[in-house]
Amino acid sequence: MRTLPEPFAGWFAARGWSPRPHQMALLDAAARDEHVLLLAPTGGGKTLAGFLPSLLDLAAHPREGLHTIYISPLKALAVDIARNLTAPVAEMGLPISIETRTGDTPVNRRQRQRERPPNLLLTTPESLTLLLSLPDAPEMFAGLSAIVVDEAHALAGTKRGDQLALCMSRLAALAPRARRVGLSATVAHPQALRAWLSPTARADDVRLVETRGGAAPVFDLQLPEGHLPWGGHMGLASAPEIYRRIEAARVTIVFVNTRAQAELIFAALWRLNEAALPIAMHHGSLEIGLRRKVEAAMAVGRLRAVVATASLDLGIDWGDVDQVIQVGAPKGVSRLLQRVGRANHRMDEPSRAVLVPANRFEVVECVAATEAVEAGDLDGEPPRPGGLDVLAQHVLAMACSAPFRPDELYAEVTHAGPYAALSRRDFEDVVRFVEDGGYALQAYDRFRRLFRDAEGLLHVRGTWVARQLRMNLGTIVETPLLKVRLRGAGVLGEVEEWFVSTLEPGDCFLFGGQVLRYERLEPAAVIVSRGGEGEPRVPVYAGARMPLTTYLAARVRAILHDPRRWKHLPEPVREWLRLQRLKSELPPRDGLLVETFPRGGKWFLVAYTFEGRLAHQTLGMLVTKRMEKLGMGPLGYVGTDYVLAIWSAFEPTDVQALFTEDILGDEMEEWLAESSMLRRTFRNIATIAGLIEKSHPGAEKSGRQMTMNSDLIYDVLRRHQPDHILLRATRAEAAQGLTDVARLATLLARVQGRIRHRVLDRVSPLAVPALIEEGREWVPGGAEDALLAEAAALVEEATDGAEHFTEALAEVTESIPVRGTSIARAKARDRRRSRHIRGAPKMVTGR
Amino acid sequence: MNAAPIHIAGERLMLDPAGVLHWPARRLLCVADLHLEKGSAFAARGRLVPPYDSRETLARLVPLLRRYRPRRVVFLGDSFHDRDGAARLPAQERAMLVQALNGAEAVWVAGNHDPVAPEGLPGQAVEAWAEGPLAFRHIPTPRATGEIAGHLHPKATAPTRAGGVCRPCFVTDARRVLMPAFGAYTGGLDIGDAAIASLFPRGGRSFLLGPERLYSFPLAGRGPVRTGAPDLFAEAP
Repeated sequence: MRTLPEPFAGWFAARGWSPRPHQMALLDAAARDEHVLLLAPTGGGKTLAGFLPSLLDLAAHPREGLHTIYISPLKALAVDIARNLTAPVAEMGLPISIETRTGDTPVNRRQRQRERPPNLLLTTPESLTLLLSLPDAPEMFAGLSAIVVDEAHALAGTKRGDQLALCMSRLAALAPRARRVGLSATVAHPQALRAWLSPTARADDVRLVETRGGAAPVFDLQLPEGHLPWGGHMGLASAPEIYRRIEAARVTIVFVNTRAQAELIFAALWRLNEAALPIAMHHGSLEIGLRRKVEAAMAVGRLRAVVATASLDLGIDWGDVDQVIQVGAPKGVSRLLQRVGRANHRMDEPSRAVLVPANRFEVVECVAATEAVEAGDLDGEPPRPGGLDVLAQHVLAMACSAPFRPDELYAEVTHAGPYAALSRRDFEDVVRFVEDGGYALQAYDRFRRLFRDAEGLLHVRGTWVARQLRMNLGTIVETPLLKVRLRGAGVLGEVEEWFVSTLEPGDCFLFGGQVLRYERLEPAAVIVSRGGEGEPRVPVYAGARMPLTTYLAARVRAILHDPRRWKHLPEPVREWLRLQRLKSELPPRDGLLVETFPRGGKWFLVAYTFEGRLAHQTLGMLVTKRMEKLGMGPLGYVGTDYVLAIWSAFEPTDVQALFTEDILGDEMEEWLAESSMLRRTFRNIATIAGLIEKSHPGAEKSGRQMTMNSDLIYDVLRRHQPDHILLRATRAEAAQGLTDVARLATLLARVQGRIRHRVLDRVSPLAVPALIEEGREWVPGGAEDALLAEAAALVEEATDGAEHFTEALAEVTESIPVRGTSIARAKARDRRRSRHIRGAPKMVTGR
Repeated sequence: MNAAPIHIAGERLMLDPAGVLHWPARRLLCVADLHLEKGSAFAARGRLVPPYDSRETLARLVPLLRRYRPRRVVFLGDSFHDRDGAARLPAQERAMLVQALNGAEAVWVAGNHDPVAPEGLPGQAVEAWAEGPLAFRHIPTPRATGEIAGHLHPKATAPTRAGGVCRPCFVTDARRVLMPAFGAYTGGLDIGDAAIASLFPRGGRSFLLGPERLYSFPLAGRGPVRTGAPDLFAEAP
């Protein structure tokens, strides 16, 4: 067993600490010059373990220049870690300089960092890409000894992770001796994470250090008093119980699943807050200054509770949290564990967590998740291959740093885990795209961004290329956002543009815990005042909800199927399932139950597929296409995490023919061509790859003539060059993540010959939640014109042709509005609120 | 394709769902805001968007010229995205256009993007075109009567039971027609925007484009004019 040298040993001893085994293991790895991945639950002194070898080295051999670069997914985390490191370094009197470098770093400090870099530089993947795109990158990084990646599990498998992996490959070329250190929460696929971190893309070249979790977390299931809701995801019915638990604990984090839910729960808690407990809110759309204030208040223990979204899933250590409440279903086992780990940041005591399901299905999901935690199982998808759009951005960044040879760059990028399997053809197409757009029609020779010299080196055409790169850098493409500016009080945060477009002056909405009245729109800002009449609306953000993981879905299915496993379920849920068994049947474990029944002049088909919202939305598109072909007249559908429900004009008879594997063929192609999801994917890819400009809030007005609608580009490109590299990238990405096609393929293969069709005369108990679900999709394409025709015909009349389930079944839903419900008003609002503003696919208009 | 008849200044005009206007009495076809070579204009500034936009735009225009066999074609301005656009038009696209215009007189109304005569194309370039009681201008003038104009790229979102459906559109009242933009890379400006709404103080009708027909919706007169959310993708008028 090695021991720490002075002054480290003394410093540890003075605090009554002793180095933990994994901290020593990382020192050993450093001594042997090994790359290492540390998997440990939160609160294990992980970050210190990552830095300790660098601190020891610098203490023993003080020097100028960059020694260690630390990369975190969160700016705030980089800043926080810098603070946490500066204190001990000062206390031990070590000659080590520490600085952060993020998008917020002032220009003069950036300049100084380039001339005299600190020993330890703490940064983000985006800022690292920028540094590597500079011509002086080779000098800056030549002496680099270590790369520390924090929260590696949150980066690997995302586009930011792709970007970082490519950056690490470049660092390996500039500083071949630099060790890599990955710090991560416990994950389901450690091999894949090792490969991601590895300089050779091989897992074996990274040593794995794992610390056993401390005591297992303790879970409590909290149901609302009285009626257990059938539908809804907000969990408002349980607000009194949540408040009581906050009162009983010292410091609580109330985790919710969406920002809208955060606003509603926060408002509900404050209405109950007679003791005026300090309760705050934290979500990604609040103004950054407000978020920092909440974090600071939490850190010094001035808050009793904070209602938070995923914005607090990672990072900052808040010592004193003694209770975590998860409102709404956890959606995944790993995610739940990560959240629970925020409580009681000490490894030797169990974390305590309360699960508050919002509806009956969520009860089953919560029970399935706790059983999985007890069994020590984790979920999570293995990382997908790296995105070609990210590669395009990287190629341009590297070209900005120095002229390159394609052969050498290809060798370099294929050493990055996500790009290990990158074909030479895809690489060449990406380089060509960066050069001149990569079009079959050679029209842009004059406008090339890169040119080749006689020796085959690729150069950038001018300094404007680097300028353009910097404008577009990064892989996070935001939906268009508008600032929320309170009159006379400044910016409160941001809402999505489409939400504002549904507001009329005088409407009010809930934001940042206040009711705000919409006054008017200014360029890039919504002007609001406090207060207002009527029910406030709640801004919803696109893509906010996580889908149920495959693993958890399987567990839910297993519980439903087997009455012997119902003993952990509360009585109302057992009763509900017994009723289902009586009126229809329970969804089988491996087959597929499909129910059809008439209701309100339409036919309904409900399939119990349990594959998550994304997969169900895709499946809904495909099955309705098939129904169209078979003349069943599909009208619309809704996908929840658990089921797919479709309504149609005629009775769906041959359901076997609807759930066959070949719907992934023809129907898939047709659907992909029109799908708005694909358009969104293309928009992101085109932005990241640098084809269209990233929107910069506030710059819209002057920059409007420069922007170009990605939908128009998509339509033109699809018709004239369908195999263009960006369209290939779009299809590949849609097939992986967005549409969950892989999950569907597995599902359809699994259920062949095992589809149970029940023809019922009315809705079954399990089907009710789906029918009261929000967020329906309508059959697209031809239907859009049918809808327009209908709307045009009805235009002088009241347009009340809409669906009325929400009202018909209102008695069984929880009330979503904050104050009392008026159905007439709700109806009027529903119409205005409709989310799906469809852009006209040019193919449909024939233009 | 069912064109919709409207009457302006006593003349019967047909609005074609493809986004062009036909005046049968004069055998005149009018098309606005082609923005040809917008792709290459972007490429010149470093955004290498697909170079197929002119081809796409013309591929939609040529069949219309063939069908209506007009005596005169009025290009209502911004036919090219910039003043050098006509010079950049590739040979193949140029041939396509010239051939389709054979037998018709082309009138190139100046637009703010293309204030000059298009290089090497047949026809005459004018600031505005007057014919009978009608005036064809690129930029609409307030309180005009008998005016056909473009420039603003109107689009509208129609409420349907499945949410809003957004399409380019004609906007008309008894005095004027505001033409939709025809080009493949032209975005739109919502008709609720003050720039458009103020042209129709007493209301009017919008005609949304569809593959087979137009969809007509009334346009409310000027109440409090709402400025639409800034459309990030809108073409600057």
